[in-house]
Amino acid sequence: MTKQQANWSPYDNNGGSCVAIAGADYCVIAADTRMSSGYNILTREYSKICKLADKAVMASSGFQADVNALQKHLAARHLTYQHQHNKQMSCPAMAQLLSNTLYYKRFFPYYAFNVLGGLDSEGKGCVFTYDAVGSYERVGYSSQGSGSTLIMPFLDNQLKSPSPLLFPALDAVTPLSESEAVDLVKTVFASATERDIYTGDKLEIVVLNAGGIHREYMELRKD
Amino acid sequence: MSQVAVEVPPKGGFSFDLCRRNGMLSKKGVPPPSYRKTGTTIVGLIFQDGVILGADTRATEGPIVCDKNCEKIHYMAPNIYCCGAGTAADTEAVTDMVSSQLQLHRYHTGRESRVVTALTLLKSHLFKYQGHVQAALVLGGVDANGPHLHTIYPHGSTDTLPFATMGSGSLAAMSVFESKYCEGLTKEEGIKLVCEAICSGIFNDLGSGSNVDVCVITKGQKEYLRNHQLPNPRTYVSSKGFSFPKKTEILLTRITPLKEMVEVIEGRDTMEE
Repeated sequence: MTKQQANWSPYDNNGGSCVAIAGADYCVIAADTRMSSGYNILTREYSKICKLADKAVMASSGFQADVNALQKHLAARHLTYQHQHNKQMSCPAMAQLLSNTLYYKRFFPYYAFNVLGGLDSEGKGCVFTYDAVGSYERVGYSSQGSGSTLIMPFLDNQLKSPSPLLFPALDAVTPLSESEAVDLVKTVFASATERDIYTGDKLEIVVLNAGGIHREYMELRKD
Repeated sequence: MSQVAVEVPPKGGFSFDLCRRNGMLSKKGVPPPSYRKTGTTIVGLIFQDGVILGADTRATEGPIVCDKNCEKIHYMAPNIYCCGAGTAADTEAVTDMVSSQLQLHRYHTGRESRVVTALTLLKSHLFKYQGHVQAALVLGGVDANGPHLHTIYPHGSTDTLPFATMGSGSLAAMSVFESKYCEGLTKEEGIKLVCEAICSGIFNDLGSGSNVDVCVITKGQKEYLRNHQLPNPRTYVSSKGFSFPKKTEILLTRITPLKEMVEVIEGRDTMEE
């Protein structure tokens, strides 16, 4: 009898890049809107950014079917939270919930690479970065997805972050102003699109600050 | 008296030692070296007075673009050009080799090269290597018998066609040709159709991108239109620009003079003791 092996692959990689930058009183979350599979573009206008709470926004690349299931699950959990506590979940609370949700599927993970951005209880910008099984860290800026290997070194160069081992802990937020951060995000995506085939078409930028939530778009290369 | 096994040196034949070694290495997690395999859109068509070839200019290494403006239309002979898709090194090496053979053949015969000569040289080389020379080609030219267009597959099979596409963007480009190609196109119509086919590859196939190269070959002359169209300019340039002033911090400087450390002792022979 010939040996049979499992020939079933439940995952795909739909590509795309996500970036989030936290400032003293704002947070910028950005992602491109291309969704692809192999050498094909499935759609040029698919938003990877999801508003989870009033002050928590998640951008996710990886397998968009899993991302969609994850977003739906978090929305349901957030709804029960609102019924039980009569308030919106804070960004650090949502960050812990996302980590728990990802680790719950440790041995059949959501193939999703997330960055969560928002404002904490003091109104300070915060960014949480994740792996697919729920390891997370609060940082000043982060990048995930197919273009992250191109984007992250540039952000490291421009926005040097303090070591998380320092005592007393230093503030992780970047020294940039809001408009400077948006400008940096635009540059970073225009450059990543030049060299990463899975990043392109359009850039969606979400800015959170004391005034609320604001969304803008920029065109990227379409090849 | 014990018998000693004598290793007899092999007499000719193939040695498969390296196959076993490579199999062992990849089993132990040492992958074989990768090569630049380009996703590509290349096309060609016959119009009323000759042949038009077209290509995109993106070269990729997996998901990364390693050359944004490379040349994929290769010179074969003054009246013959060839577009290449597949492993960049193979398309380049195989077209260079055949173009050299064609040049020598022209010196020998004193006549213009024929497209079928190039075709036969290419396909016999590719067949010999059983598909391991990964070159998918679109060969076009005008010779004593008029315009010719051929496609050559990596295993050595060939087609003779009025319009042809190759590479990962071949389906996108062929959909344009199948809906719009007709016989007896003028030069302008032909270039326009080739550009449209390449652009459909550039925009719909992730392996293809950047600019459009075109080469028009007619009886006795050719026109190589490098970067005929540039449909993908940079989308955003920061008004301020960026600076990279942060240097690696020097914490400590210490110079150790090596010269004084050397001690030469003369007039003693320690070796004798």
